[in-house]
Amino acid sequence: MDIHLLENVLFAMVRTGTPLLLVALGAMMSERAGVLNLGQEGMILVGAVCGFIVAYTSHNMGFGILAGVIGGALVSLLFGFIALTLIANQVATGLALTIFGTGLSAFVGAGYVGQSLIGLAPLEIPLLSKIPLIGKALFAQDILVYLAFVLFAGIFVVMRYTRWGLIIRAVGENPEVAHALGYKVLLVRYCAIMFGGAMAGLAGVYLSLAYTPMWSEGIAAGRGWIALALVVFASWRTERILLGAWLFGFASILHLLLQGYGYEISPNLLAMLPYIVTILVLVMMMTRKQGQGNFAPRSLGQPYYPQR
Amino acid sequence: MRIEKRLHDSKVMLYASPLLALLLTLLSGALMFALLGRAPLHSLYIFFIAPVSELYGLSELVVKVTPLLLCAIGLTLCFKAKIWNIGAEGQFVFAAMIGGAVSLQLSESQGFWVLPTVIISGALAGMAWAAIAALLLTRFGANEILTTIMLNYIAVNLLLWGVHGPLKDPNGMNFPESALFAAQTMLPVLFDDYRVTIAILIALFMLVVIWVLLGRTLLGFQLRVMGENHNAARFAGFKSNALIWFVLLFSGAMAGLAAVSEINGPVGQLIPTLSLGYGYAAIIVVFMGRMHPLGILLASFLLGLTYLGGEMSQMELELPKSITGLFQGMLLFYLLACDLLIGYRVVFSNRTLGKHPAIAAAVSTPPVSQ
Amino acid sequence: MRLELLSVTKAYPGCIANDAVSLKVEPGEIHALLGENGAGKSTLMKMIYGVVKPDSGQMTWNDREVVISGPAQARQLGMGMVFQHFSLFETLTVTENIALYLTPAEYGTMALLRERIVAVGEEYGLAINPDRLVHTLSVGEQQRVEIIRCLLQDIQLLILDEPTAVLTPPEVDQLIQVLKKLARKGCSILFISHKLHEVNALCDRATILRGGKVTGTCIPSETSASQMARLMLGNELELQDSMPAGNAGATRLTLNKIDVKPRDTFGIHLRDIALTLNAGEILGLAGVAGNGQDELVDLINGELFPDSGELSFDGKSIAKLGVQARRKLGLGVVPADRIGRGAVANMTLIENDLLTGYVTHGVKPGINWVSWGGLRKRAAEIIAQYKVKATGPEATARSLSGGNLQKFIIGREVAQNPKVLVCFHPTWGVDVGAANLIHQQLIALRDSGAAILIISEDLDELYLLADKLGAICGGQLSPIRAKAEVPLAILGQWMTGEFDAVATQTNSSNMNVEAAHAH
Repeated sequence: MDIHLLENVLFAMVRTGTPLLLVALGAMMSERAGVLNLGQEGMILVGAVCGFIVAYTSHNMGFGILAGVIGGALVSLLFGFIALTLIANQVATGLALTIFGTGLSAFVGAGYVGQSLIGLAPLEIPLLSKIPLIGKALFAQDILVYLAFVLFAGIFVVMRYTRWGLIIRAVGENPEVAHALGYKVLLVRYCAIMFGGAMAGLAGVYLSLAYTPMWSEGIAAGRGWIALALVVFASWRTERILLGAWLFGFASILHLLLQGYGYEISPNLLAMLPYIVTILVLVMMMTRKQGQGNFAPRSLGQPYYPQR
Repeated sequence: MRIEKRLHDSKVMLYASPLLALLLTLLSGALMFALLGRAPLHSLYIFFIAPVSELYGLSELVVKVTPLLLCAIGLTLCFKAKIWNIGAEGQFVFAAMIGGAVSLQLSESQGFWVLPTVIISGALAGMAWAAIAALLLTRFGANEILTTIMLNYIAVNLLLWGVHGPLKDPNGMNFPESALFAAQTMLPVLFDDYRVTIAILIALFMLVVIWVLLGRTLLGFQLRVMGENHNAARFAGFKSNALIWFVLLFSGAMAGLAAVSEINGPVGQLIPTLSLGYGYAAIIVVFMGRMHPLGILLASFLLGLTYLGGEMSQMELELPKSITGLFQGMLLFYLLACDLLIGYRVVFSNRTLGKHPAIAAAVSTPPVSQ
Repeated sequence: MRLELLSVTKAYPGCIANDAVSLKVEPGEIHALLGENGAGKSTLMKMIYGVVKPDSGQMTWNDREVVISGPAQARQLGMGMVFQHFSLFETLTVTENIALYLTPAEYGTMALLRERIVAVGEEYGLAINPDRLVHTLSVGEQQRVEIIRCLLQDIQLLILDEPTAVLTPPEVDQLIQVLKKLARKGCSILFISHKLHEVNALCDRATILRGGKVTGTCIPSETSASQMARLMLGNELELQDSMPAGNAGATRLTLNKIDVKPRDTFGIHLRDIALTLNAGEILGLAGVAGNGQDELVDLINGELFPDSGELSFDGKSIAKLGVQARRKLGLGVVPADRIGRGAVANMTLIENDLLTGYVTHGVKPGINWVSWGGLRKRAAEIIAQYKVKATGPEATARSLSGGNLQKFIIGREVAQNPKVLVCFHPTWGVDVGAANLIHQQLIALRDSGAAILIISEDLDELYLLADKLGAICGGQLSPIRAKAEVPLAILGQWMTGEFDAVATQTNSSNMNVEAAHAH
C-alpha cells in the first residue's frame, strides 16, 4: 500500500470532514437542548456567502470568517424567534430556514459567482506534521481545521463535566421540569440555537474560503442534512461525532482512493456515495436503537409552551 | 404587550393567517426593492402583476401551477398524516428520468397506447422512488425527512449521470441533454398557441379525489388521526405501516405525474435543470394552503406566480432570478409566524385585576372566612 | 406564622382555579389541604411555590410579606416541594438531579453532594443509591429522591402534592413516619390530598377547598369524617359506600402463561400472566404505576403481542389478532391517557366517537364511506345520556374538562355494547360527580352481561366496584381472589410483590383495615 496515497487520503478525509464536524457539533447542542433545527443547510449557505463577500471586498480573511459566523448566528436567531417565541412547528420552521437561507444566499451572492479568491493557506505545525501517516492529516491543515479540533474538545468537556452541560441536558430532557426548577428554558434554547448557527456559519465560511475558495449556490451540497444524520449516528454523543464526521468525509473522497488504484467511475455516480452512506447509517442506527432504548433527548422537536 | 392563549383556536385566523403572511411578504419585498435601488411599487408590479397581465402570461401561470399542484396534492396527504415527505423533488427527478427514458424508447412507436404508457411509467417511477423511503421508514424506522432528502440528492446525481451518459442525445453536440421527445409521447395541449396541457385537468381531478378522500372516507379519517396523534391511531387499531406506504406511494405517483407534465409538456426533453425546485415549493404550497384542497389550489397559483415574477424581475429589473427563492422563503416564514395568532392572542393593555373577563364575571361572592 | 395566604386568586380562560383563598400554617404544623380533583389544590401549591403567579392576593412568610418570583426564590426562602408528577430528569442520575435542584454554592462538588445524599437518606430511612439513573427507580424510590433533595436544604416548609397516590400501603406508613419526624424538628408541612383517612392519621389542621374556594378549616382529630366530607364535596353529592355485587357468567377473556419481553429499556417484562374475565363480573387489579399495567393493557388491546402463552376471547385464540379484529369481537378499552390515546385533542367529539366506533357503526363497510350525519346524532346521544358538559358534538376533545371527557369516552365504549371492557384508571383526576356517574355506568354495564377489568391505583375505587381483586407488581400477577377474601393489608402486600400473603394470616403490619371505607 502506497503510504503517500494513504497520507493524502487521510489528509483529505480530515479536511472534508471538518465542515461536517462543525455543523454536527452545533446541531447536537441545539438538539441536546431539545430543539430540532432542520435549517442547517440554509445557515451554512448564509455563512458561506457572507464570509466570501466580506473577505473578497475587504481582502481580509479574518473579517470574512467573522462575517460568516455572525451571518449564521443571525439567521438562526430568526429560526429561534419563530420556533421558540412564536411556538411554531419546528420541522416546518427549519425547512423554512433552509428555503429562505438558500434563496437569500443565492440572491445576495449572485454577483460573486465565479469570482476567485486566494483561499486560506495551510499552517504547518513544525515537527508534528512530519509524523508518518497521520502527521499531515492532523498537523498540516489550515487554522479553521485546528479551530474545529479545539471546538470539539471544548464541547466535549462542557457537555460531560460542567454544570452548563448538565443544564442543557436537563432542558432537552424535560423543559417543564427545568422551568419548575427555575431554569430559563427559552434562554438556554436560544443560546444553543445561536451556537448552532454560528457553527454552521463557520462551516460555510470554511467551504467558501478554504475548502473550495469560491462561492456558488450549491456549495453546501447537502452537508447540512448529512450533519443532521451524523448527530443521530453519534447518538447525540460528542465523541462519536468526530468519528462520524471523518467517516462521511472518507465516503466523500473515496474517489481519490479509487483513482489511486486505477478505477474509473463516473463522477456523478461517485458523488452519490455520501448520501447513500448516510442512508445506510440511518438504517443501522435505527435498527440498533430498537434493542437499546432511545438516546434522543426526550423533548426533541416538541413545542414548549411556557406557563406562568 | 403580551401573548395570551385563546380559549379556542381562532377559525378566522386560520384563514386569515396566509393572507396576512402574503401582506407581510409584499411589504418586505417592497422594502427589499427599495434597498436595492428599485422603485418599490413598480417592482412589486413587475413581480406579481406584470407576468399575468395578458392571456399568454396567464397560460404560463397555469403551466407552472400544474406540477406544483400535482406535487402538493400528494404532499397534502403525507403532511396530514405527519409523514414529512421532503422527497417530492427527488421523486419528481427520478420519475422524469424514467419517463424520459421510456419516451425516448417509444420515439419510433405509434398508437394510442404510447402516451398512457409514458404517463404510467412516470407515475410508477415516482412511486418506486418514494417506496424506498417507505421501506426505510416502516421496516427500519429511519427518519423520513433525512432519508427522502438524501434520496433527492441521489436522484439529481442519477439524472446528471443519465444526461451525461446513456440518455444523452447522440446528435446533440455533446450537450448534457436528451433528444427531444417525439410528438406522440407528448401531452396534448388544450389550446393552440399556449403551452397548457391536459395535465392541469388531471391535477384538478386528483384535487377533487383527495378532497373526498380526506373528508368522507375512513381512510382519510385514519390519516388525519395519525397526523394528530399517532398513539391514538395505534390505540384505535389503525394500521400505521399500511397508511405510511399509502401516502408515500400516492405522493410519489403524484410527483411522477408532475414530472411527466413538465418534461412531456413545456420542456420536451431531459435536461439537468428540469426541476425548478417544484418539490420544495410544493411544501410551501401545502402549508400556505392549510392542507385543504381549495387552499392548495390558490396557494399553487401564488407560488407559481413567484416563478414568473422571478423571470420578469430578471428581465425588467436586472435582478437575479433567485429572488424567487427569497420570496418563497419569506412567505413560509411569515406564515409560520402569523400562525401563532391562531392559538394565541396579542394583548396590548396592562392587564389589571377585574379586567379579565373570567374574573369579572365570576368573582361576585366575598371570600369565605372561618 | 410560617406561611399565610390572604385572599389569593388565580383565573384561567374559562375557569377560576382559586377564588380568594386564605390559608395559615404554623411552624412545625402538619397542615392538610383537602379537596377533590378539580378543587384547585394544585394551582394553589404552584402559586405558593412560585411556578405560577397569582392574579391578586398576598402571601406572608414568617410574618413578612413576600412576592414569590419563581421556584428559585421559594427555595431560597426555605420551601421545598414534592410534586405530584415528579419533577425529575429520568435520564440523569440521582446526584445530577439533586445538583440541578440546588445551586452550586449549596452543594459544592458532586462528590460532596453524593455523600450528603447518602447521609440524609440514612437519617430518615429513605436510603437511595445516588448513582442510579432515575428512570431505573421505582415510583416510590423516585419520590424519595424528591424528598431527600428538599431535606438537603434548610427547609422550613415542605409541600407534598398528593404524595400517597403512587405508594403502596406500607410505603404510605413509612412516609407518614418521615413527615412526623420532620415536623418534630420544626419544619412545617403542607400535605395536599383527597384521602380523608390519611389526613386523619397525619395532620394537625386542615383547610378544605371546593370549586376553588375555601369551604372551611378544621382540626381532623376533632371533626367527624362525614362533616369533612360534606365540606369537601358539598351537600348534594353522596359518595357511594358500596355497590351491588355481580353475578359471574360465562368466561369471556382468558390469559394463560403469557410472557411478554420488554420492547425497550423503559419497559416491564410481563411474566406468567394468568387471568380470567367472566361475564357479569368486575375484576380489579391494584398496583403502583410502572409495574406492567401499561404492557398488560397494550397486550389485551392488541398493540403488543405475547412471546408465549394463550390469549383467548370466547374460547378462540386472539393472540395473533390486531386491534381492529379484537374490537370487532367485542373488546373495548378505555386507556389511562385520555388526551394522549383515548381521544384526539383537536378533533371534535363526533370524530372521537368514530375513533373506536368505526368497527361497529358510522362507516359503510366495503367502501368505508363515513356517514357524519349519523355519527353526529350518536355523539349527541352520548353527551345527553352521560351528562357531558360540552358545547355540543362539535366541541373539541380538549375543550372538555378531564371528568367530562372521561364520561364521553366511557359513554362511547359502553354504547358499543362491548363483551369485555378494560378500564385503565377510569376516574383518575376526575371530579367526584363525574366519578360517581362513571362508577354507575360500569356497574350497569357489568349487570348487562359484560366482563370488566379495572386497573387502578385508587384502592377505594377498586374495593367499591370489584367482585374479584388482585395486584400487579414487577410484571407479575398476584393470586386473584374474591373481594371478601382480600383485606387491605393483603392487597397492600400483593402490591409490593409478596404474593404469598394470604387472607388466613393475621397481618403483622399495623394497617387500619377500616381506613379504606372511611368516607
